[in-house]
Amino acid sequence: MVEQSIYPKNMEMVITTSQVNFFYGPTQALFDISLLIPAQQVTALIGPSGCGKSTFLRCLNRMNDTIPHSRVEGEISINRKNIYAPGTDVVELRKEVGMVFQKSNPFPKSIFDNVAYGPRIHGEKDHKRLSEIVEQSLQQAAIWDEVKDRLHANAMGLSGGQQQRLCIARALAVGPKILLMDEPASALDPKSTMRIEDLIGELRTNYTIVIVTHNMQQAARVSDYTAFFYEGHLIECDATSKIFTNPRQKQTEDYITGRFG
Amino acid sequence: MNNTADKFILLFLRIITYAIVLIIGYILFDIIKNGFTALNWQFVSSFPRRSGAAGGIFPAIIGTLYLVVGTIAVSLPLGIGGAIYLAEYADQGRFNSLIRLAIVTLAGVPSIVFGLFGLGVFVLFCGFGPSILAGSLTLACMVLPTIIVASEESLRAVPKGFRDASLALGATKWEMIRTNILPYSISGMITGSILGIGRAAGETAPILLTVAAFYLPKLPKTVFDQVMALPYHLYILATQHPEADRIRHMQYGTALILLLLVLGLSLGAILIRKHFRKKFRW
Repeated sequence: MVEQSIYPKNMEMVITTSQVNFFYGPTQALFDISLLIPAQQVTALIGPSGCGKSTFLRCLNRMNDTIPHSRVEGEISINRKNIYAPGTDVVELRKEVGMVFQKSNPFPKSIFDNVAYGPRIHGEKDHKRLSEIVEQSLQQAAIWDEVKDRLHANAMGLSGGQQQRLCIARALAVGPKILLMDEPASALDPKSTMRIEDLIGELRTNYTIVIVTHNMQQAARVSDYTAFFYEGHLIECDATSKIFTNPRQKQTEDYITGRFG
Repeated sequence: MNNTADKFILLFLRIITYAIVLIIGYILFDIIKNGFTALNWQFVSSFPRRSGAAGGIFPAIIGTLYLVVGTIAVSLPLGIGGAIYLAEYADQGRFNSLIRLAIVTLAGVPSIVFGLFGLGVFVLFCGFGPSILAGSLTLACMVLPTIIVASEESLRAVPKGFRDASLALGATKWEMIRTNILPYSISGMITGSILGIGRAAGETAPILLTVAAFYLPKLPKTVFDQVMALPYHLYILATQHPEADRIRHMQYGTALILLLLVLGLSLGAILIRKHFRKKFRW
């Protein structure tokens, strides 16, 4: 159980999860996860492979819905609304909660069409308005200067790091309040990784960010709070500086000091 | 030791491949060499005379074209629709594997059985009579498995990343399929389908019982009319004609035209694929 006490008193909690269990068919992947995620902060989910951190992340925008025979128990609320309540509009939820994936996955379309994809499916037809959204999103994702002269070139021609920033721009274009990032830099070279990390630092003023990473240095660099997952359990969640200097749990200490994982 | 075995296998495989190419090459050479002498404008543009011993094969060409168009019109939407359902919507459970088994089995059914099925269902039961409609429907049934399998494969070839990204941006399932799966898989679907339909264009048994006439003095006016068709015309000229031995050039000519038609279809498929490949690459 995570106590409210680790957060400053007046901090607003955007996501609250209480006793979340998740099953892939008969296999239970998450056990009683209760976690609070504060607004406009970066929360990192760390833990060894298979610990359930990505599964948990994908519960937050209901991406796990697409997995056959999967099942969620417990309650996940975003802005005090239970997102697994019957009648929840998943489309609205995903407009609110954007996602960036481990492997950059731009569509094989132009850079412009990639970013405009979200607004378009949500009904924006006005070309001028679309252009504004595209420029704004690309600027927010710190890639505008690199692509502004070739907006109509195929996005597949960009480098890996650029593709990932394009994917971030594409997610921002829908106008989310929350951004989920599933190991967004794990496939990138150190320089591109640094740019993504800088970008996360800039985005945190306007967005609530939850980032899954297997790179502890990265978690230490970019996040305000860190939650440590192990074998489907949430072991500990605390301010990042505390987790990395003075964890309360033995398992957390063993993991961050590199004794396993 | 290992090296010699490797060399031997390579030689063996090479011989087999050359043998196949040689056989096909010989058949093609034979047809082209003998068919070429029959080819002229009159042959492709006029009606047959003396029961096909003279004149041309114009109505048979037109008939086969009609059948191909009819088959495409029926089988493409059905096959692609079915493939979308199987690949994107259906539960990947036991029912789905049963459907899949049925489709694979269907692909192995002899064409004469499809012909009899078409005769029973479309010609007699539905009352279409021997007609373009009945023939196209029968051929469509025959190529459906090919189209479904080809379409499903090209749907599944679309990377998961595109699907995830679409859904995460708030697309509904159908929006995702329409905007981010179909555009990338349509070329594979059409190519696979056209190759299947090209094969169907050369089938005799299914049309024998459902649409083909040996001789018609007029071109068909509606889909309820019978037509002449190249494979059936060839079959009659080569095996049923009283002068079969003396009209070899007519037979070869018909075979060549049929071959060119199928080749044209395949060429179309290749061009379509090339066009889309250039447009969407990843």
